[in-house]
Amino acid sequence: MSLALSAPAFRRFRRHRLAAFGAATIVLLTLGCFLGPFLLPFDDTTIDVMNRFAPPLSGAHVLGTDELGRDMLARLMMGGRVSLIVGFTAMAIGMALGILVGAVAGFHGGWLGAALMRFVDAVLCFPTIFLLLALAALVSPGLLSIIILIAATSWMDVARIVEGQVKSLRERDFAVAAQVLGASDARIIVHELVPNAVAPIVVAATLNVARAILLESYVSFLGYGIQPPVPSWGNMLNNAQIYLTSAPWLAILPGLAITLAVTSFNFLGDGLRDALDPRMRAR
Amino acid sequence: MSGAPILDVRNLSVRFRTEGGDVPAVSDLSFTLDRGETLAVVGESGSGKSVTSLALMRLLPKDSAVTVTGQALLEGRDLLAIPEPEMRKLRGGAISMVFQEPMTSLNPTTPVGAQVAEAVQLHRDLDRRAAREEAARLLDLVGIPAARQRMDDYPHHLSGGMRQRVMIAMALSCDPGVLIADEPTTALDVTIQAQILDLLKRLQERTGMAVVFITHNLGVVAEIADRVLVMYGGRAVEQAPLRPLFSRPLMPYTAGLLRSVPRMELAGRRAGPLPAIPGNVPDPRHMPPGCVFHPRCAHHQPGRCDAAAPVLEAADEAREVRCLRWRELAA
Amino acid sequence: MTALVELRELRKWFPVGGGLFRRKQQVKAIDGVTLDIRRGEILSLVGESGSGKTTVGRAILRLLEPTNGTIRFDGQDITHLGRAAMRPLRRRMQLVFQDPFASLNPRHTVERIVASPLAIQGESGGRERVMEALEMVGLQRHHAARYPHELSGGQRQRVGIARALILRPELLVADEPVSALDVSIQAQVVNLLLELKERLGLTILFISHDLSVVGHISDRIAVMYLGRLVEVAETRDLFRTPRHPYTEALLSAAPDPDPDARRRRIILQGDIPSPLDPPPGCAFAGRCRFALDACRAAPPPLRQVAPGHLSACIRDDIHLQSPLDEGATHVPAG
Repeated sequence: MSLALSAPAFRRFRRHRLAAFGAATIVLLTLGCFLGPFLLPFDDTTIDVMNRFAPPLSGAHVLGTDELGRDMLARLMMGGRVSLIVGFTAMAIGMALGILVGAVAGFHGGWLGAALMRFVDAVLCFPTIFLLLALAALVSPGLLSIIILIAATSWMDVARIVEGQVKSLRERDFAVAAQVLGASDARIIVHELVPNAVAPIVVAATLNVARAILLESYVSFLGYGIQPPVPSWGNMLNNAQIYLTSAPWLAILPGLAITLAVTSFNFLGDGLRDALDPRMRAR
Repeated sequence: MSGAPILDVRNLSVRFRTEGGDVPAVSDLSFTLDRGETLAVVGESGSGKSVTSLALMRLLPKDSAVTVTGQALLEGRDLLAIPEPEMRKLRGGAISMVFQEPMTSLNPTTPVGAQVAEAVQLHRDLDRRAAREEAARLLDLVGIPAARQRMDDYPHHLSGGMRQRVMIAMALSCDPGVLIADEPTTALDVTIQAQILDLLKRLQERTGMAVVFITHNLGVVAEIADRVLVMYGGRAVEQAPLRPLFSRPLMPYTAGLLRSVPRMELAGRRAGPLPAIPGNVPDPRHMPPGCVFHPRCAHHQPGRCDAAAPVLEAADEAREVRCLRWRELAA
Repeated sequence: MTALVELRELRKWFPVGGGLFRRKQQVKAIDGVTLDIRRGEILSLVGESGSGKTTVGRAILRLLEPTNGTIRFDGQDITHLGRAAMRPLRRRMQLVFQDPFASLNPRHTVERIVASPLAIQGESGGRERVMEALEMVGLQRHHAARYPHELSGGQRQRVGIARALILRPELLVADEPVSALDVSIQAQVVNLLLELKERLGLTILFISHDLSVVGHISDRIAVMYLGRLVEVAETRDLFRTPRHPYTEALLSAAPDPDPDARRRRIILQGDIPSPLDPPPGCAFAGRCRFALDACRAAPPPLRQVAPGHLSACIRDDIHLQSPLDEGATHVPAG
């Protein structure tokens, strides 16, 4: 699947400054979270009782320490790893499922398409967070299970997007042209339809990463997600609740991290939407 | 036709700024429109004909990417310079427009009678009842059968031809002095096109409005125009009264265009290949140097036509042509 | 001359609407069309929107399942042929679309688009045959690497024609192939189609609403109105002596780029009736200036009115005007 960002699309995208900011932030966050811990003299789980509640910029610990004297920067980085891994993998699984369901439903239509799409609608009726918590109560918490849970609640919008795209694209002349030549359904879907639905799929994927990061934070904040001592931005926030007045940075830093990551992905998604939409004329 | 022209466009230029550089959509266009006259503006895609109509109506996007210069004097007032609130009063009032696609120009959720009545109320001080009466009269005027009963129909209940009649009724609601019709029959079937052209002609006789009729179809031009302005690559390349233009075109582009349309009298004769104009319509981002038509022109002289851009010059008291060689070619 | 395509009483009805409490209705897009397309001819199918001309083209290519009647291609009944059985026939019949932009996949290069018939039909010799096809339609080798949006409308239509012809089909269905093009480009594409027809011995079904183009390109013309044929004749005969009032009106309404050819226009009243609820007799009766009560009783059959000239009008006693009439072309308006 080639993204085929043409030169004007790329320029359009770059002009979208917020999107460029988002993309840069995501790259920095990813590099920081995955390489940072190797450069840092502190470990995220090392307890230092002599140095509890050190405020940021007050000593060796740049972003201070938490209630057990663990280095906040190291914990933010490790938590970021969890968040980004959850975000990307949940997105990838959700996308795969959504594209499959959407392409099949959109291409075949009829009773199969109707049944699939009514199922999508039914799942969409549940408020995501309750669905997530209900499912989380049933399985043991952990990285893999949280990924699968989030993926299970985030494939439906992609399925709807792909279904709509495929349904309209299959009526287009170039799909008819393939039909006139005797092409098989699979060939028409793979060669003619999906490449033309890439733009909305990519946009949805980006926004879904943001959503997955946010959902992971919710669930971990509520205590059903990633379990301590493994840090995640969500469970760090959970931890920080009781120290909100005495050590506000414990809450503010992971909160900022979540906000930064989520808004970056959202900006990127908006920018890609504009850049990949050929109907958007550059100004 | 006496007195000053109702519309006098002087040196109109429209440029779009895009990432690929500046695109001159319309370059230094001047023309006049007399009272009661029909001027056909003919051109292909990229000729600037539709941009011209949007510029006159001030319907181009108002941002820094679009630059409009020049003057468009409607009874002495410059449409391009007056403040927006005043323009709003003129738009749909003294100058009005009909578009190509009657479905997208009508609001699908409002009955057509109410839409016409609304257009009436925008410019005339009438109460709701009187506006509705006036709407019924207008719908009847544009030939909608049983107009009073169709008032409550929604646009999707009407055929394409009927929707275009509704659009015309709205455009006429304030007795405009100038009607700009931008390809108003292009989306319609030929028998319906004939109806609408006939309607426009009859309405014009009745109201004395002047019409700028924008089209790519030379058959439609022959049918409706008093005078013709031919545009190519954002420029006026020829301007002449109807009959002289068709019988003795001066600009090679006009001549080529006229020759390339198959003639009905020769139907079934297989008179060999059509005399087509070679090449492609120029991309406004990469206009050829010199005469914009020279790469496709059978009469172009290397070193002359690709070097100097010809100016629009008077060929006689009623005609203008933009060609370096028109005198030689006419001889 | 033998027929390459034979249509017999072909019908295609589309079910529409219908719900819990509403009866399903049928749109009779094609309602009993009998027509032969002779080998090596250009037959034009003319009509306005809703006439069913496009549906006939798509039915011949078996892009839709006919409701009843038969379609024969080269003697073989293909009316209800399955997908697999159609596959080898597909290389022998191809389609050129109206909109040269929509018919090309915007994400593929010209080379890939023109090569796709080879890939689908499992043939080799890709690159050279693509280049050959591009040259055949007047494009250059360097166009192969371009994307559709980098080409002009006329060039895109040439790509569409190259794709349709790379397998050397016998039948080409051209569905309004020039009506989306600029006026100065239309003549180029018309010339190209005529040239390719001669060179490759093609049979072309040319679907169009533009009578001046049709008059130039066709050997024979079939006029459709509301799902039925109303007149079929050799081009010159149809223009000189139209025998159906609808043909007369269509010829009269066609804009002619000659300001002096102001014939008395016949302006039809009203619109084409809804194909959901066609009138019982002649579908044109409601707009026809010659209609009698008998016209509204039963649909008139298409019958021979002169050698090779078929018309579905019961009135033999009327004289219809033609754009070729002596004098008619110079009658002043009004």
